[in-house]
Amino acid sequence: MQAITFLPPTPALFFQDTSSRLLRLSPVDLVIIILYFIAVLSIGFYLKKYTKTGEDFFLAGREMTAWVAGLSFLAANLGSLELMGWAGNAYQYGILAAHWYWVGAIPAMVFLAIVMIPFYYISKTHSVPGYLKLRFGEPARALSAVSFGLMTVLMSGINMYAMAVVLKVVLGWDIYFSIWVSSITVALYVVLGGLLSAIFNEVLQFVLIWLGALLISIIGLIEAGGWSGMVARIHTNFPTQDFTHLWSTLGSFQDNPMGINWVGIVFGLGAVISMGYWTTDFLVVQRVISAKDLRSAKLAPLIGAAFKMCVPFIVILPGLLGLAMLDTPGHHFLVAGDVATEALAHGQVLHSYDEVLPIMLARYCGPGLMGLGITALIAGFMSGMAGNVSAFATVWTYDIYRAMFRKNASDAHYVTMGRWCTIGGVLVSIGTAYLALHSHSIMDYVQELFSFFIAPLFGTVLLGMLWKRATGPGGFWGLLAGTLSAIGMWAWVKNVPSAVQYIALSADAKPMAENMFRALWSAMTCVLVTVVVSLLTKPKPDSELVGLVYGCTEIPSEGHLPLWQRPIFWAGVVMGVFVILQIIFW
Amino acid sequence: MHRPGMLSIWFFIGVLLLAYGVLILGAGIYELSSPPEHPVVLFELHAGIWWGILLLAIGAVYTVRFRPGRNG
Repeated sequence: MQAITFLPPTPALFFQDTSSRLLRLSPVDLVIIILYFIAVLSIGFYLKKYTKTGEDFFLAGREMTAWVAGLSFLAANLGSLELMGWAGNAYQYGILAAHWYWVGAIPAMVFLAIVMIPFYYISKTHSVPGYLKLRFGEPARALSAVSFGLMTVLMSGINMYAMAVVLKVVLGWDIYFSIWVSSITVALYVVLGGLLSAIFNEVLQFVLIWLGALLISIIGLIEAGGWSGMVARIHTNFPTQDFTHLWSTLGSFQDNPMGINWVGIVFGLGAVISMGYWTTDFLVVQRVISAKDLRSAKLAPLIGAAFKMCVPFIVILPGLLGLAMLDTPGHHFLVAGDVATEALAHGQVLHSYDEVLPIMLARYCGPGLMGLGITALIAGFMSGMAGNVSAFATVWTYDIYRAMFRKNASDAHYVTMGRWCTIGGVLVSIGTAYLALHSHSIMDYVQELFSFFIAPLFGTVLLGMLWKRATGPGGFWGLLAGTLSAIGMWAWVKNVPSAVQYIALSADAKPMAENMFRALWSAMTCVLVTVVVSLLTKPKPDSELVGLVYGCTEIPSEGHLPLWQRPIFWAGVVMGVFVILQIIFW
Repeated sequence: MHRPGMLSIWFFIGVLLLAYGVLILGAGIYELSSPPEHPVVLFELHAGIWWGILLLAIGAVYTVRFRPGRNG
């Protein structure tokens, strides 16, 4: 294999001086960023008068159109880790990173829209733990609410930390100043307008993310000579490695830079992690169940899926363009995060993979466009954080506080609790952000959290919706067993690294592959235990499962609608485009 | 969503994009008249001008289409 070395940054690549910060903002850039902060806060203050009841604060009055719910559904997921992390991963692993946008998202979003949304919506639940309460009883709700709350504040803190690091590296802003200013802004607008304000701002942020990031890809492709020119440059730079094929290198762990095979991608990512995240993570599901009717709720994830398929154009493509335009034959311009940190300790400034997006921004965008690009990054961070905080406030207030501490308070009391909980959630997130300051590998940490909590939850919710024989004890013990098995597998590999050959089926598996396989086994453990315990315990009568389970629930027919208004038609269109993309980039 | 008297989210987006369009177009025209000492790659495309015009147009359409007093 060709040796790859790393070059120090070349100041001539950018338009600014040689200081350690990547970008220097002009006055017009600062005005653009300040206008953004004014806009999001103004929306929060404006919507406060429309946020009076619990339904308003926690579910935006269940009045969202399919478009608003769909864009918000996607924007809540476009956090800092998505934008910066996956652009960096695309630079590191090539187009394989697009799996997290396509097979790792689209089938799950379609499945959510067509199969699962009817049960969430018809049951009138306010949250995913709330659905588990209706289906499996209080113990399953309590377990999922506590694990979701824990995961959400950890994710929120990591998101916040990632943003602060970017602002420090890119703009030279103090890391603590960035954390506090951004988190206070998010806390303010969510406290004022609840989910309504979060969703409105997420739609605004979604538009800004696209308009701010799109230009990088457009100008980058012009410079590279189009897609074929970019691919040719990458092959010239790294003739022995394949960075531009999606599936053809997944035959074995050794054939691709990610150290994963197709089994891990299809079953671990596509069937478990992705299905679990997009169908049971309340952060995203909350946006969909805020829709004004069932058809809008079904269309929302499909609209989200259509845009999700396009996100690689603004996230993955800049990473690939970095491989083509920043690198030289056999030499990577950017380095791994720990290498950059170590170099800095010796006084040498190197830039890490995760900085590829702002580096490309600096390469192509002058005054004004630079401010728009930075605003896009900040908008991404805020939408992700607001999503976590608003979901946390709902689950804490309804599924923990009301269920365990105060059952019969007034609606106004719960709204007040939701507002205080938003502030509390932000403060705890700041605490976890400070913890993340000492973490070495954030992305691995995030995938570990998903495998602990999301993968088994998917098994529980899926069986709850599709198998009426599943019982309350089965749901609870299955969820507990799945979660504990994931933590157990993680601890095993942590203490005995060679155990990865049993978890991921190969001693060559990299951490990402281990995460995918751990998720797969924990979901299977959950399903197995749920089935066994359910068969040993007494089932609920069908009359108690109406609106909750397939076979006991009447789903409103859409047969009277023209074809183009039916969600199932658009689901087919989305899946068709998805398949075509896999073939094009095979 | 539609509540009596509530402004549409698309109106907020329109106003912000309109303001951004003016700022970015202005910065692009200024750069055209006074080229920077260290221009960005492909400076000759004058992306700021075209992108500023695009934002201005989108912002104007949304601001007018969803202005207060008119049902979106």
